[in-house]
Amino acid sequence: MADTVIYAMYDDDDVLKDGAKKLVAKGVKVAEVFSPFPIHGIDPIIGVKQTRLGIMAFLYGLTGLMLATIGMRYFMIEDWPMDIGGKPNETYLDNVLAFIPISFEFTVLCAAHGMAITYLLRNKTLPGMPAQNPDPRTTDDKFVMEFRMSENSQFTTAELQAMLNETGMIELDQKEIH
Amino acid sequence: MSHKEAAIREPLILGHKTYHEITEDVCKPIEDKAPRMWYILFAIALIIGLYGVGCIFYLLGTGIGVWGLNKTVGWAWDITNFVWWVGIGHAGTLISAVLLLFRQKWRMAINRSAEAMTIFAVFMAGLFPLIHMGRLWVGYWTLPLPNHFGSLWVNFNSPLLWDVFAISTYLSVSLVFWYIGLIPDFATIRDRMKKPVPKKMYNILSFGWSGRAKHWNRFELVSLVLAGVATPLVFSVHSIVSFDFATSVIPGWHTTIFPPYFVAGAVFSGFAMVQTLLLVMRKAMKLEAYIHTKHVEYMNIVIMVTGSIVGVAYLTELFVSWYSGVEYEAYAFINRATGPYWWAYWSMMTCNVISPQLMWFRKLRRSLLFTFVISIVVNIGMWFERYVIIVTSIHRDYLPSSWSMHFPSHIDLGVYIGTIGLFFVFFLLFARFFPVLALNELKTILKSSGESYKNDTAPVHPYFAKNGHAGHDHHDDNNHNH
Repeated sequence: MADTVIYAMYDDDDVLKDGAKKLVAKGVKVAEVFSPFPIHGIDPIIGVKQTRLGIMAFLYGLTGLMLATIGMRYFMIEDWPMDIGGKPNETYLDNVLAFIPISFEFTVLCAAHGMAITYLLRNKTLPGMPAQNPDPRTTDDKFVMEFRMSENSQFTTAELQAMLNETGMIELDQKEIH
Repeated sequence: MSHKEAAIREPLILGHKTYHEITEDVCKPIEDKAPRMWYILFAIALIIGLYGVGCIFYLLGTGIGVWGLNKTVGWAWDITNFVWWVGIGHAGTLISAVLLLFRQKWRMAINRSAEAMTIFAVFMAGLFPLIHMGRLWVGYWTLPLPNHFGSLWVNFNSPLLWDVFAISTYLSVSLVFWYIGLIPDFATIRDRMKKPVPKKMYNILSFGWSGRAKHWNRFELVSLVLAGVATPLVFSVHSIVSFDFATSVIPGWHTTIFPPYFVAGAVFSGFAMVQTLLLVMRKAMKLEAYIHTKHVEYMNIVIMVTGSIVGVAYLTELFVSWYSGVEYEAYAFINRATGPYWWAYWSMMTCNVISPQLMWFRKLRRSLLFTFVISIVVNIGMWFERYVIIVTSIHRDYLPSSWSMHFPSHIDLGVYIGTIGLFFVFFLLFARFFPVLALNELKTILKSSGESYKNDTAPVHPYFAKNGHAGHDHHDDNNHNH
């Protein structure tokens, strides 16, 4: 769908945040913010929801714990019980103390890697993916707010630009996407 | 300005820096030609490393009989070096995980290189158990894989197997933690790079990172959760390494104090290695504004605290060996201090108990030269600690006819020195091609901890100069994750 995208560039995170606050108060919808580092407090202003990756990490960890328990019970109790110096090896519970270190390590292993992989997939940041920031300076010291005219149909491009001019931005760019 | 922290705290970034200058300072050494010194150091490290690799090939081709082991002392430099390297590999993740949870902003200047150091140290550590197998190519037998021996599984009751899981989890989680932090910084280098081939390389390394608000939101949570899971991991890994000894029945090893004592020792030696490397790196790469006396002082305090814990553990061990009333236990410790290995014991005591106590003097712990010397002394001491624990405990067997000594062979020496060479090869490559500071993370503390912002000499942004500052409403900053 054809759309007009406006990029407003700032040279300070606090100026951008202040501008975003004022624009949102006027009913402007901010589509995206590109920044070299996380701008604290920008998310609620532009309506970015808190990620649920933490819940996923917990679930991956739980999976790891379960796999470790099932695995060690099978290897050590069911499939090939060992008698080491007469130490009990008949039930999982008798031997559980020896299994705690690996249960813990495997929980951490699955939680960390599961979450990291999900993070990369959700971000679509993978080896060889093209960079999508509108200007190379946004990974250095510039901050860009992106607006889509289709989401701000109550304003004309000129009106939006006039509002942006009051927010201390330093550069404006406009692009048509198809 | 709005971000201010207590004025009494020393600034973490000296002088007046802008966001752009932080990028410049970190990226310049990567974009410029390497100085001649880098090539010289790299060549030296590479030669030493290759000599070590040569020794390893000789060992694999001939058998581990080429080490100076005998029937009484069946475990010596290999396990000593393993524990030494794993211990050194404890600072990085401690800095990036534990200090993140405690919101210590000073970690940001050192976490990247400390983590790199950690990963390379754990590589070196992992080498020793692998080559100790003699047959490197069956290393995968340590994993519980279905096999043709009627499915003979690995022994999950054995601390050596716990070690396999602990070290590999620690290595891979540290690697992921490190890399996730590196992605945005690689993107910065990618966007600055002019030359096409390096640009392409950094483009691949940066995974197409674009710095979207949602991505940063996820980034912060992922960092926090990884820190949360890596923190108990740091403590568990060296606890498990200590179980290798503590769960055995050898007098001198069979000690419940081992896990906390080993963990403290690991952090102690890890921070010392970070000091050794960073004191050189900050000078060579002109990063004095970011890693300065205050950072060194903080790390020295950690060294002092963990060194004291180690000292208390040594004394507790001595006391308990007497108080237990077990004559074998008592003998193990008397033999350590007065037997044929007395020189190793007293080197360890001097390096690890006395030297960190000097850090109580503010002048000394803020002296960079003194810190550099002590950081090397500490790592010598920590090597002796492992050697003392391992060799002195087993060289006197229950049967006096089995009493023996351990003399390292030149292959022992070659492999050990070689790992030091390889470690520096890796670290030098890292310093040459990777951003050595978490440059984008550092920008988040510039306004709160930068010197010019703290003493109000930083220019006020023209927008705020005109409109008045609107940053007083920082209520939404209190519940963010960093």
